[in-house]
Amino acid sequence: MKLAEIVDTLDLKVRTGGDLEREVSGGYASDLMSDVIAHAAKGHVWVTLQIHQNVVAVASLKELAGIVLVNGREPEQATVERAESENIPIMVSPLTAFEVIGRLYELGVTGSTD
Amino acid sequence: MAEDRRVTKTQELVYEMKVDQVMTRDVVTVRRDTPMSSMREVFRQKRISGAPVVEDERLVGIVSLEDFIEWLYVGEENSVVEARMTTDVDFLFGDEPLVHAVSRFAESGFGRFAVVDRASGKLVGVITKGDIVAGLLKKLEIDYHEEEVHRHRASRLLEDILAVGTTLCFEYEVEGQNFDRAGESSSRLKRTLKGLGLNPDTVRRVAIAAYEAEMNLIVFTDGGTIGVRVDRHHITVEVTDSGPGIPDIEKALQPGFSTAPEWVRDLGFGAGIGLNNIRNGSDDLAIESARGEGTRLTITFLMGDESEAG
Repeated sequence: MKLAEIVDTLDLKVRTGGDLEREVSGGYASDLMSDVIAHAAKGHVWVTLQIHQNVVAVASLKELAGIVLVNGREPEQATVERAESENIPIMVSPLTAFEVIGRLYELGVTGSTD
Repeated sequence: MAEDRRVTKTQELVYEMKVDQVMTRDVVTVRRDTPMSSMREVFRQKRISGAPVVEDERLVGIVSLEDFIEWLYVGEENSVVEARMTTDVDFLFGDEPLVHAVSRFAESGFGRFAVVDRASGKLVGVITKGDIVAGLLKKLEIDYHEEEVHRHRASRLLEDILAVGTTLCFEYEVEGQNFDRAGESSSRLKRTLKGLGLNPDTVRRVAIAAYEAEMNLIVFTDGGTIGVRVDRHHITVEVTDSGPGIPDIEKALQPGFSTAPEWVRDLGFGAGIGLNNIRNGSDDLAIESARGEGTRLTITFLMGDESEAG
């Protein structure tokens, strides 16, 4: 599934540039950086409430497909700038993490690491 | 604004490439005695708006949609192509540079030119503006691909140098307590290693370890350095700081154990698995630490096999 389809279906607000045509291989949800580093996989979409620029560093490090911020939390300015330069799409949803993840799962985005 | 005197790659190609490199060779032609009434089907089915008229493979004219409409207007039912075609035909030779074609299109306003072989005088193709654009893009794509391959080879520098046993060293300074620059050193390191053409999987593992180590320097120390040594078979990352030291290394390696302050945890750091991530991703991790004196991590990676690259 492409990121663009997820954006459409979940009605996410895209806050940065980046490649929405990228294929999403699965998803991971966590607010702890090292936990994401340990368990997220390449091409995953990452659901988190952290909005500081280190989310971009971690997403870039793990080559994630994109970041979904929950509870309507907006990325900090520095986060947006860094995401632009690292080409990581950041999207915002007003829903809670639980709701966002549930909808992603319904779309077929699972926690698989294949 | 100063005039940009650089010649773009496209401009260069327009001079370099020849008409017959981009033209369409599979041309729909008609004959002098083709009835005008059949041109409707020719234009419609082939989705073209003009066709060269050929005799013995030589170009004798061109019949366009405009000629066809004119014929309809006049209403001469039994006309053949010869009666309605344009005989004063503009054409290009196959060996002319593309730039000629470009200027001829600009001057004439025509949508297409027939292309004739200079030696034999035979019709060999048709060229449209679309053919030029498509041809240039294709050539640019091929050139770009070749350049990428070339760059990749150039980046094999390490293998050449290492034939005499050289080691490359990089050093990064990390500022303590400064979250704004967090991750900067490790992402620079990642780019540098990638540029050396090393196995992508190894690069990823090194970058992750460097990131975790960098975060530790930022969270717990007043700063430190990340030194990286690359040789033919290993990458060694040495992270040093001057305090405060790890009181109990064994405990620090227990997943979930963390001494990070609350505000750091609120940012999602201090999960207590940073060192574990370093250990799991590396081939060897050695920790030396003395309270009040500082800590030195020595993280070793074996260079991934080329065949595993992906």
